[in-house]
Amino acid sequence: MDEVSTDQLRLRAPRHRVSRKSITLWTLHAVIGWAVLLAPQLAVLVFSRAPWQVGLAVATLVVGVAHALVMPRWRYRVHRWEATPEAVCTLAGWLNQEWRIAPVSRIQTVDTKRGPLQQLLGLSTVTVTTASAAGPVQIEGLDRDEAVRLADELTGTTQATPGDAT
Amino acid sequence: MTADLPAAPEYAEPVVDWHRLDARMLVVRPLNELLGFVPVLVGLLVLGKGETWRALLSAGVIAAVVLLGLLRWVTTRYRITTEQVELRTGLFVRKRLAVPRDRVRTVDLTAKLGHRLFGLSAIRVGTGQRDQPGEEGLTLDAVSSAEAERLRVLLLALAAPERPGEPAAERPGLVLSTLDRKWLRYAPLTLSGLVAVGALAGLVTNYARELEVEVFGPLTDAAHWVVRQPLWLTLSLFAGGVLVIAGFGSVLVYVVQFWGYRLTREPDDTVRVRRGLLTTRSVSVAEQRLRGVEVVEPLLLRAGRGAHAKTVTTGLGRKGESNLLLPPAPVAEAHRVSAAVLRLDTSPTATPLRRHPAAALRRRLVRAIGPPLVLAGGAAWFAPAWAWQVALALTPLAVLLGWDRYRSLGHALTDRHLIARQGSVVRETVALQRTGIIGWRVSRSFFQRRSGLVTISATTAAGDGVYHVVDVAEADGLALADEAVPDLLRPFLEGGRPARAAGGSARAADRPDRV
Repeated sequence: MDEVSTDQLRLRAPRHRVSRKSITLWTLHAVIGWAVLLAPQLAVLVFSRAPWQVGLAVATLVVGVAHALVMPRWRYRVHRWEATPEAVCTLAGWLNQEWRIAPVSRIQTVDTKRGPLQQLLGLSTVTVTTASAAGPVQIEGLDRDEAVRLADELTGTTQATPGDAT
Repeated sequence: MTADLPAAPEYAEPVVDWHRLDARMLVVRPLNELLGFVPVLVGLLVLGKGETWRALLSAGVIAAVVLLGLLRWVTTRYRITTEQVELRTGLFVRKRLAVPRDRVRTVDLTAKLGHRLFGLSAIRVGTGQRDQPGEEGLTLDAVSSAEAERLRVLLLALAAPERPGEPAAERPGLVLSTLDRKWLRYAPLTLSGLVAVGALAGLVTNYARELEVEVFGPLTDAAHWVVRQPLWLTLSLFAGGVLVIAGFGSVLVYVVQFWGYRLTREPDDTVRVRRGLLTTRSVSVAEQRLRGVEVVEPLLLRAGRGAHAKTVTTGLGRKGESNLLLPPAPVAEAHRVSAAVLRLDTSPTATPLRRHPAAALRRRLVRAIGPPLVLAGGAAWFAPAWAWQVALALTPLAVLLGWDRYRSLGHALTDRHLIARQGSVVRETVALQRTGIIGWRVSRSFFQRRSGLVTISATTAAGDGVYHVVDVAEADGLALADEAVPDLLRPFLEGGRPARAAGGSARAADRPDRV
């Protein structure tokens, strides 16, 4: 069902992968999320151990571990980005996937951002916004230097484009 | 500190005077605010059983309102330079707002009852800025109606550059549509009547409690009498009563909102909507900033072959339906108006649309049937028997809903617009200017990938910010996007022959708009 025929028109994957360290980042995010969910359950188990409570905790643990193992690797295979002189294109997601394409001529701002975990791993997120409230294009998990280089490049080309980008 | 610096060169700013708001606002603002208080005040004074402290309290409230109005009038000034519109306001917190004139997209004149008695108008200048939520542009509340009209023309003049040759003012405005009394029959098909009934009931109970008036005596008696009757009679009486009141209410709401509705194209190339019985509004949109139109058909209205229309534009607040183009009216009128506003001969919103693949129908049905089935399953487990039977009985309705949702899906491409339609309970047909598209989002959920479908979303600075073509076959959707905005998607596509996209929208299959 996946690739029907080579003749079909389809979107190709953008050229660049994100940093491999993103796998660690996504794993950490998943682990933290599931830990928040699991901790109170374990705390309850200290006092009472009804079968359904134990079952629920075990189920949470199993799903959490599976998610933390599968999701980051799947994401890493999907996530890609590309910046040409004309447009920025990203592909993101795992179960649900989404391409976002914004023409450079319509870019309004270019931000680089580093969360605490990202700082730890030396990663950055580049966010490109257009005049649309629904159209920010985010490239998560770039190496710090690469992010700075990309942001500079985009800012340069954006400034060279006339008009107010609406 | 600045003494030893060299003298600054003379800065020759063109001298433009600061204007105050109209002095009549000193009366109008308290009047407007008091109009809302009138019932309470009357209650306090007349039915207040002569207690002095109540009278004093009322006087205090009035004094405070007047004083606030005076303060605002004293501290607010505005001016319009060649570059920007500036507004200074505030006593303790001084605020200074400046809007570059070439960013002015829309001008919205609103006159409440109080304003109208004194010939005043509030004027709101909309810019395309979306970055600061809550910043509803720049508002001057209020100036004289003549001044408001002067400002409207002045501010929109830059947005729509003068055509060479004749001066703008000498070309007459063109009336595109006016209210037809026959449209009133669409009023009961909007749910505004029910909303009005609810609001009215709330208001009455509120004031009745405030004024300690016993309006409920007779009502309660009537209610008791109704409840004593057999169940079927009670139900039909109740339903009939609500329907009648809601019907009248909705006609009333329609008249209050849309009386004097008039859609014109002004000589300065702005599209202008005027309407309102008590509070009059006039919204002007620079035609250059118009990015399309949207025809909206809620289920009931669609059943009566009616629709209303909205503009897709930047710089309009979401509040108060300022993007209204046409009140509920015959659907043919909605299409005619959208064509007229966009300066087209045939309406893009009435373009025959391309159906979406059968897989989209399957997805609509699964989504529609799923919830009642799950509900029935759950109810069979936990609830008495009638619960799951009711849930199961809903399934045929769900199938109809899913089928209708599928029938609504469609897309097309014209010379200048991308057309997308979706929705059943509220069916929306949008015609989005192709040059107004500032990016694409192409999303494929896990199940969409398995069915070979994608959802293509066009992002834009106007209206909702993003418009979707839902569940279209992957190759068709990408061809559509590629053709709609040349060269944007092209570098990221592979496979297929570019030529096949051209004849894509020709094979049309549109059905009559009936449920």
